[in-house]
Formats: sequence, structure tokens, C-alpha cells
Amino acid sequence: MASSSEVGGSSADYETMMSTSDVELLKRAWRNEKAAPEILQYEGALVERAKEQIELVEETIEDYVENGKDPLLVSLYQMDLDRTQFLLRSYLRVRLLKIEKFMFHNLKSEEAERRLSEQERVFATKCADDLAKHFEETVLLKLPENYQSVLKQSQISEVDDMVPQPHLDTFVVCRSNNFVSLNLYEEGESPETVEMERGDLYFIRYKIVKGAIESGQIDLI
Amino acid sequence: MAGQTDPHISLFSPQEVEFMAEDELVEIVPNMNMEQLNFISGDFGLFIPQIPTKVPLWLAVALKRRGKCSFRPPGWMSVDNLTQILEAERESQSTFQALPFSYVEIARLLFDHAHDDIPDKYMVRSLVEDIRDVRLHKLETNLGSFQGTSAVKISNVSAMEVNIVRPFVRRALEAFYKHDKPEADVGRDTRSSRQQREANNEPRRPLRQR
Repeated sequence: MASSSEVGGSSADYETMMSTSDVELLKRAWRNEKAAPEILQYEGALVERAKEQIELVEETIEDYVENGKDPLLVSLYQMDLDRTQFLLRSYLRVRLLKIEKFMFHNLKSEEAERRLSEQERVFATKCADDLAKHFEETVLLKLPENYQSVLKQSQISEVDDMVPQPHLDTFVVCRSNNFVSLNLYEEGESPETVEMERGDLYFIRYKIVKGAIESGQIDLI
Repeated sequence: MAGQTDPHISLFSPQEVEFMAEDELVEIVPNMNMEQLNFISGDFGLFIPQIPTKVPLWLAVALKRRGKCSFRPPGWMSVDNLTQILEAERESQSTFQALPFSYVEIARLLFDHAHDDIPDKYMVRSLVEDIRDVRLHKLETNLGSFQGTSAVKISNVSAMEVNIVRPFVRRALEAFYKHDKPEADVGRDTRSSRQQREANNEPRRPLRQR
């Protein structure tokens, strides 16, 4: 048995072997999305494929039940279906949560807006409009002239300082899939690098690993 | 942990950590015939009596509960291996021994559902618990010795353990980072890096961790 001698090795190989499976990709997307402080790129193609497969299996299960196939088989297929559905739903829910949390920011920042799917963008715009209207009607219109903006504290503010932004300096736990060398400090302060071997776990600032996550070299745990 | 403002104490609930662990492959010996399973998550089968086969943990537990198979405990769960690991853990104060990333969850599921398939189950169970205690204790003592850095390497820590210490370490490291940054940035930081504001104007405490 290969698994008896190498402990970390066999599971890492399993991961590379399974990394082409949609469920594995979905799991990875779900994990990254949960752990990251800001919203990540929407995996449109993956979600579509997952939805198709789920529908297919749902139909198959219905067939099986009608034809009186072995109930054990049916229940196992149902379990697998449930697991995949949970991943998909949780992934979408986590994204919605982040959209709601940083509503105005997501619509203002171009980078963030690019990462939303079509439906998410519609949802975010509607939500932001409703919220802005609600604030205006209940509170803002009753404040003195200079303080009526939803986005700025007062007319004197130069930036939109009433908009909460995601906290990109949060520390996250990550594991790298390859050998990666990263710059620790930006903006010309003594450039230190941290080198990660494959499979190392690190507590690290999100900003540093942000690019590597997008390119798939690092996973958040 | 004092002063938590997050609605979730930890990023992932223990059930979610277990969910992630349930995709690990384990070996089972089926005692019945079944056709190949073409799941969304992959293809598993054929199931032939007495022929061992690898399946994900969740499937193995489901089959076991219906009495359709028995487990082959993973190689790392032998008494010898665990005793060795326990001694090595006790010896070193700062490094962790290499264990499967989800060893806590795998061991727990096996003990709950397949304890009769584990040779020397009481010994194995007490060894695993001892290993958990030693590692957790090591984590706690090491937490006190953090310096202010931007990256901390934690090797061979398992999924459950990471999840337990994550909230505290995260906020400790953030505090270090914030106080280490040049003074000019601090004023800008507290404003723009504010997370979602609750409607009840909380008094602004500059040293409070966000």
C-alpha cells in the first residue's frame, strides 16, 4: 500500500490527480472565497458545468427511482448530489454575503466589478440603490445640506470615506502548490522575500499572496 | 477569545472542516457486489466481495453504516507509527511531526463508525488523543513567541488545528503588523480599512483589532 509509507505524499498526489475534477475545483473555489477578505473572480464556466452535472444526476436519480433500482444505489447517488449542491450553494452564498458587505465598494471599484457575474452585478446595483434610497429617506434628507451624501461624510471630504472597504491586510492561512517566491514588502521598503516550498503552510498577509491565488499557485485553507 | 466581533468565531465551522476531509480516499473491503458508481465527484467501483478498493471517506462511512463493507485502517494509524509520532512530538518543542492534513477528522470518523475494524482500537484512540493534546499544547505555547512578521511558517499543522488557532493568530499578527508600519500610514489605515460599520456607533478604540 503506497499510503502506508508516505503520509503527506500520497494525499498530495491524489490532489494533483483529482485536480481536474470539477468538484475538486469547486471545492477549491469555495475554500478560497471563504477565506479571502475580498470577493474573488467569478468562476462562471465552472459553475455552469457544475449546474449541468447536477441537473443530469437529478434526472438520473428520478429515473432510477421510477424503475425501482436498488435503493442503496439511489441513496448513494443522492448523497453525492447533496454534497455537490452544498458546495455550489455555499460558494454562491459566500459571494452574496461579500457583495452585501461591501456593496458600495464593489460598484465603485472597477476591479471588483469585473469579478462579479452578470446576475451578481444586477443584484448589487439594485441592492445599493435600495439601500441608498432607504438612507436618504430615513436619515440623510433630514441632515443639514452638506452631509446628505451616502458615500461621503460631508461635502468637504475629498474621498468617499463612508464606503467600507475590504480589509486586505488580513492574515490568511495558505498552502502553496509549487515553489513560490514572494515579495514581502511593497513600495520599496527593504524588499524581503519569502519562499514557499510545495505543501508548506503559512500565515501570511492577504495582499502578498493575492496575485498567486488568482493564478492558482497558492490555495487558501 | 475576548473581544470577538466576528459573527463566526472561526472561518470554517468544524462540520465544514469535516466536510472537506470527507473527500480523502480510504481503503475499504466490500462484502457485496455493486456496479461502478459514476458520481459527479468521480468514478468509484467496481465493488466485488473481498477485493479492497479506494473510495472517498464519506462514501466509505455510508457503506459501513449499511453494513456493506469493512474498513482497512490507513497505514499511519498503526500503534507503532502513532507511538513513534507521539514520542517525536513530545521531544521537540517547536516542530510538528508529519501527519495527514485531516488526521483528526479521519480518526474521529473511523472511531465513530468503524471501531471494530481497527486493531487495538483503545490503544490507537488514546494515542491519537495524546498526540492531539501534545500538538495543541505546543501550538498554544508557541503562540506566545510570535514576532512581528508578515509571514509565519507553520509546517505540518493539521486542518482542525489551523481552524482552532486561526482567529487568535490572525488578530495577533494584524496587531503586530499595524504597529510596525510607519506612523504616516496609521491614520489612513484606521479609516479606509474599516470593515462593515455596525449601525450602533461603537466608541472608536484605536488599539482594537479589526
